[in-house]
Amino acid sequence: MIKTLLARLHQGYRTNAYPKKIPALPDRFRGMPSLDAAACEAGCTCCAGACPTSAVSTGGGVSLDLGACTFCAECAAACPTQALRFGRGFELSARNRNDLLTTGNSPVPCAPLEPRLRSLFGRSLKLRQVSAGGCGACEADINVLSTIVWDIGRFGIQVVASPRHADGLIVTGPVTENMRVALKKTYDALPSPKLVIACGACAISGGLYRTSTHQHGGAGSQVPVDLYIPGCPPHPLTILHGLLRLIGRV
Amino acid sequence: MSARPIYIRNCVPVPLADIPACDTGSFCALMQEELDSRARVAAYFGCPSGSRVRLIAAIAHSRDGTIALFSCKAGAEMPSLASSYPQLQLFEREIAEQYGISFAGHPWFKPVRFCAPFGSGRDLFDRRIGDADFFAVDGEEVHEVAVGPVHAGVIEPGHFRFQCHGENVFHLEISLGYQHRGVERLVAGAPRHAVRAIIETAAGDTTAAHTTAYCQVMESLASCEGPPRAHALRALAIELERCANHIGDIGALAGDVGFLPTASYCGRIRGDVLNATALLCGSRFGRGILCEGGTAFDCDSGRLADLSRTVSTVKADFANAMDLLLNKSSVLARFENTGILTEADCRTLGVVGLAARASGIIADVRQDFAHGMYRFSHIPVVTHEQGDVFARAFVRFGEAMHSLDFVKELCAGLPEGGTRAACGPLAPNSLAVSLVEGWRGEVFHAAVTGDDGRLTRYKIVDPSFHNWNGLAFALRNQQISDFPLCNKSFNLSYCGYDL
Repeated sequence: MIKTLLARLHQGYRTNAYPKKIPALPDRFRGMPSLDAAACEAGCTCCAGACPTSAVSTGGGVSLDLGACTFCAECAAACPTQALRFGRGFELSARNRNDLLTTGNSPVPCAPLEPRLRSLFGRSLKLRQVSAGGCGACEADINVLSTIVWDIGRFGIQVVASPRHADGLIVTGPVTENMRVALKKTYDALPSPKLVIACGACAISGGLYRTSTHQHGGAGSQVPVDLYIPGCPPHPLTILHGLLRLIGRV
Repeated sequence: MSARPIYIRNCVPVPLADIPACDTGSFCALMQEELDSRARVAAYFGCPSGSRVRLIAAIAHSRDGTIALFSCKAGAEMPSLASSYPQLQLFEREIAEQYGISFAGHPWFKPVRFCAPFGSGRDLFDRRIGDADFFAVDGEEVHEVAVGPVHAGVIEPGHFRFQCHGENVFHLEISLGYQHRGVERLVAGAPRHAVRAIIETAAGDTTAAHTTAYCQVMESLASCEGPPRAHALRALAIELERCANHIGDIGALAGDVGFLPTASYCGRIRGDVLNATALLCGSRFGRGILCEGGTAFDCDSGRLADLSRTVSTVKADFANAMDLLLNKSSVLARFENTGILTEADCRTLGVVGLAARASGIIADVRQDFAHGMYRFSHIPVVTHEQGDVFARAFVRFGEAMHSLDFVKELCAGLPEGGTRAACGPLAPNSLAVSLVEGWRGEVFHAAVTGDDGRLTRYKIVDPSFHNWNGLAFALRNQQISDFPLCNKSFNLSYCGYDL
């Protein structure tokens, strides 16, 4: 017993203070990109050619689709004029797919749920997770939110074991053909009103797998999506911000 | 004179013409001879060759660090060796599914991933996901429990069928394929600059090991030797990955038996190790740290000092959490004698990595097929004889502690110099094999090039491909309520298996 208490003392209090205080991110963290089309050399396509997911496009001024971006920053490395840079912004989530297409350096708009849904889910949001072809990284960083460091329980958010207990789905992966039916069945098993959250580049756009014939290009191809959380995988802070934004807590 | 295999070392390329091409009879005879000499199948896969399919076997000889390669041009049907050598059964099914070659006499002939064949191959199965002939036990008091594909937590999908007698499990069958997204096909066809990013997600919790295996394959085909500093940084990334996963899994094991202190502490400590990886490259999962020819990030002395400090704290906190766990009789009562996998079963099934070492097998790629930094710096191999949940937890504990020491050692003396060498065009008509000890076990990558030096086939074998059957065997005659505990003690990858 005394040993358990001593260990408890040794390990200390570890829950971070977000959203009151933003936890430190590593200095090499790659977050919200900023684009400056005016700095582009005419006809240059270096960034688009370096992108593994065709997220960067140079037709009609440089633009970047955060929903396909893996934040590898190969485009920024390939750019001869630093017209494209990755900043440290972690607030990347959006309610509309089109809002993820960025051309400048304005933040991604992300409105909270309508008042009726916010009153239902604002203080208690139960989620069922469906991995539909995810590589395990998005899943790992969703899991991390339940550890004592992030403790999403303090916001009333919890991952539950049955779709019948859930208010929403959090989907990862590009939706493989072999998971298509299971995803649909899980969605149907949720009581209404229900939310769908697409977490990670795969779930938003197919990500690195968008050209594979064994997948369907993300959750939006099968079910209506209420929140998109970009990243490959998104940092836990990005995921938590998206969830809290959705229910109007930040 | 009968055909002999060609014996190669880890990461040494070989012209395709030098791999002996046998007829079916001598191929099978060679396979038997090799596997009878206490060697283990690392990979056995098809490869397009003109209008036909060439089957290539890679047999790992741990004792002298060589890999035996031999091949044969397959017809529409091959004799199955799976009944005598169960470690081949899944490879034969995979070849059948990918290339439409049937294996006569296979005892368990069914799909692996429920996917369409490569190219214009015959579709031998043409079945939908989960639509398999599950092994069933009959009897008045026997019942079947089906679980999945969607599970009750944040984990990947898979389908499990338990044949139970009361609480007792007679047999567990594991049917996967839900995560199949076509990695191997995508890699062989993708432009070279896009491949690394795909490999990084072959199994998202094993990014460093898979990407190292990929880089080593490409470098050996391009005759490129990465600088020593890059080898050291790669080893750093691999060992941090091992620590993070082992520590996280021990926390999860504690959670599965309801011992929450260690579960909470380890969940947090695992995050600290992931953050240490992010210190190196900005990504908690080591995304972007490795590249062909070396590493994309260097590590200055301030950063190394930071890392070294973090590792010391992690080690102290982890040891403290483990001390609690290993001295709790209620925990030991659940861990000991649960989910025993015998050494003999491990050898028969070809189990690799920590699961094999926990059953008394002394095998570790870092020692047996050392490449990169592991040629110069050695990490002791941790083994246990019990083969139960406790043994797998204990091996994880030992490995994580050794890896933390190793990282500290590297931080104190990272080789000087650059971190990246140019990695040019690949040798045409060649094959290279790379083995890396990932945290679950042996990660195998092989690349085959065509006339123009482009990839024509890329083969990945995640350790989970060898080990899922180990879990099925460990569960025999256990209580079904111990399944989560047994499952977590292996913690195998679904996406690494499904690709």
